[in-house]
Amino acid sequence: MRDVAVVSYAQTPFVRSERARNEVEMLMPVIDEVVEKSGIERRKIGFTCSGSTDYLAGQSFSFVMAVDAVGAWPPICESHVEMDGAWALYEAWVKIQCGEVDSALVFSFGRSSMGETAETMTLQTDPYTLAPLGPDAISMAALQARAGLDRGLWSEREMAEVAVRSRRDALRNPEAQLKGEFDVDEILAEPYLVSPLRKHDCPPVSDGAAAAVIAAADVARQACEKPVWIRGIEHRLDSHQPGSRDLTLSPSTKAAGEAAGASSGRLDIAELHAPFSHQEIILKQALGLSDSVKINPSGGALAANPILTAGLARIGEASRQIVAGNGRRALAHATSGPCLQQNLVCILEGD
Amino acid sequence: MAEHAAVIGIGQTKYDAKRIDVSQFGLIREAATRALEDAELGWKDIDAVVIGKAPDMFEGTMMPELFLAEALGCVGKPMLRVHTAGSVGGSTAIVAASLVQAGIHQRVLTVSYEKQSESNAMWALSIKMPFAPTMVAGAGGFFAPLIRGYIQRSGAPDDTGIRVALKDRLNALKNPYAHLKLPDVDFDMIANSPMLWDPIRYLETCPSSDGACAMVIGDEKQARRAAKPAAWIHATNMKTEPTMFAGRDQVMPRAGLECSAELYKKAGISDPRSEIDCAEIYVPFSWFEAMWMENLHFAPLNEGWKMTYEGATALGGDLPVNMSGGVLSSNAIGASGMIRFAEAAMQVRGQAGEHQVDGARRSLGHAYGGGSQYFSMWIVGDQPLA
Repeated sequence: MRDVAVVSYAQTPFVRSERARNEVEMLMPVIDEVVEKSGIERRKIGFTCSGSTDYLAGQSFSFVMAVDAVGAWPPICESHVEMDGAWALYEAWVKIQCGEVDSALVFSFGRSSMGETAETMTLQTDPYTLAPLGPDAISMAALQARAGLDRGLWSEREMAEVAVRSRRDALRNPEAQLKGEFDVDEILAEPYLVSPLRKHDCPPVSDGAAAAVIAAADVARQACEKPVWIRGIEHRLDSHQPGSRDLTLSPSTKAAGEAAGASSGRLDIAELHAPFSHQEIILKQALGLSDSVKINPSGGALAANPILTAGLARIGEASRQIVAGNGRRALAHATSGPCLQQNLVCILEGD
Repeated sequence: MAEHAAVIGIGQTKYDAKRIDVSQFGLIREAATRALEDAELGWKDIDAVVIGKAPDMFEGTMMPELFLAEALGCVGKPMLRVHTAGSVGGSTAIVAASLVQAGIHQRVLTVSYEKQSESNAMWALSIKMPFAPTMVAGAGGFFAPLIRGYIQRSGAPDDTGIRVALKDRLNALKNPYAHLKLPDVDFDMIANSPMLWDPIRYLETCPSSDGACAMVIGDEKQARRAAKPAAWIHATNMKTEPTMFAGRDQVMPRAGLECSAELYKKAGISDPRSEIDCAEIYVPFSWFEAMWMENLHFAPLNEGWKMTYEGATALGGDLPVNMSGGVLSSNAIGASGMIRFAEAAMQVRGQAGEHQVDGARRSLGHAYGGGSQYFSMWIVGDQPLA
């Protein structure tokens, strides 16, 4: 395997509603910034890969317009996944492993505010047996939270504590959306949104874009002072049917973490893509993270959850922490699908 | 240095307007099971799955690969979902191949599909967005002006498109999986069919199909161990350019010209016309055969139509094109690119049955998408590239 590093990361501030700019206008400054910061000339970046979904824009081929933000002239070698940008980064990493290219631009984008995102995500469920029942994203997560509460694996208070800590940490992240000092007892006194989830257990609706440049060792060392090395990147999938899996566990996260080498060295930081508070508890257990690991210093997905961008943002935030010297080894995680169905784990390390 | 990768199993469904006998699960399962049987492998032998399809609104489902997890046997495994417009079937195969070439996996299953009968593609392509012009109804309306531009430049005879359609429709009669089969087809039947988008007639356009195509891609060890011949992947390439800007030539896109030139270089090909035995390319409207012959450097500029006219692209010609009957005969959009790639592989494996090109040793698979702006291609051969 070739050594590959994240050499730069940039994002828009994640916001509740980006109405003034369309997707291309959101992306252009982010891509300019990430390329500039990478120290690699734009024309020398060998591959471009993006992640997005048509169901945010409400338009078929919505990623096609994003090509305009990249400046694909002369024509570029480019691909797209209908997945979180973290998987676009994986595809780019594979391309570099093939030896065909030495560097890649990865990005993802979306405006969740354009529609009723939680309801739209019902269309992600099995169209024959599940979607007709109308389970939206919050209800699916609520089933999962309930399963863990019933089994005594976590309490509503522990869930609230995750939310309070996340939004407190987000105060130090200028690009986070939902932040502030909250009190556990006060929010536990609030009514349920979808029992047993209260509003504070759920992610905000977020618009935004993020981008990263990754490069093989030679290029990375030359271009960048502090490359953040990808020591392992793996992803796995669980069953889709909520009835055919134990919702309180995440075997795919566990398997991806083991394969990526999560336990082969001391971790300082973990950026976990847990859109719902109880999911952080599931992920922490699946990855075997000890209490010494700082979880989600960025505030995580409870502070901003741009659909299909939040996973790439975890990799970006973890690499930022390493560059800032807040830790040497970090785990970044991305999820997709109802109830943490698909999971990716990326182990990052500074020099 | 990249590892060798080869196609060691291929499976296709019967393509049809409405496959109401199967769900989306059943459709992909049909193709995937056949590919595994062809490779003489079981579900447990597969390391990872790469799935591709065109816009999710074509079925009215969002990221369907998630609910297809069990049907694709990828619970507990890595799964990637690719979407690069019409070229997606080709790009999906390329991503699957890269997982093997990078030495990450030994056996990758790749599947692409479309079940257009579950939604309405015309609706999905015509959604009005704020501050944007509505797209004219369907792809035909978009591509017809490009064809007219080609005719004006090249002076190609008016019946070039009819001749392409006749050839492809006759080839489809030899393909058991083809959707549209017209046993009595002749020149006059196509010439007299209604004009849809001048100069594209009804029988010069592709149907709307349900269907899936799957391949198993293995590493060198797998390919050498396999009972059936492998199609060795010599080179792959993808190129993209923006939809519109003043400097763009939409009739002869630079992305396609550069994609194929780089592809041949990677495969060690200096004269594609003589060194490639057959080509399966993405021709959703008849005239695109002539245009792509030039874009793929098989013919000089403005002379692609001559290859059709001289019979060079017919099954007995010096460069048979679209032996399967092509997109004109089966168009499960998300799968269409992969069907081209699979046909190229079937030819060098010698398993194309009645539409086999005698002695095919090296072939081209090609797909394009968007507004003639996304290209994906591969070259496969009966021996590994030295």
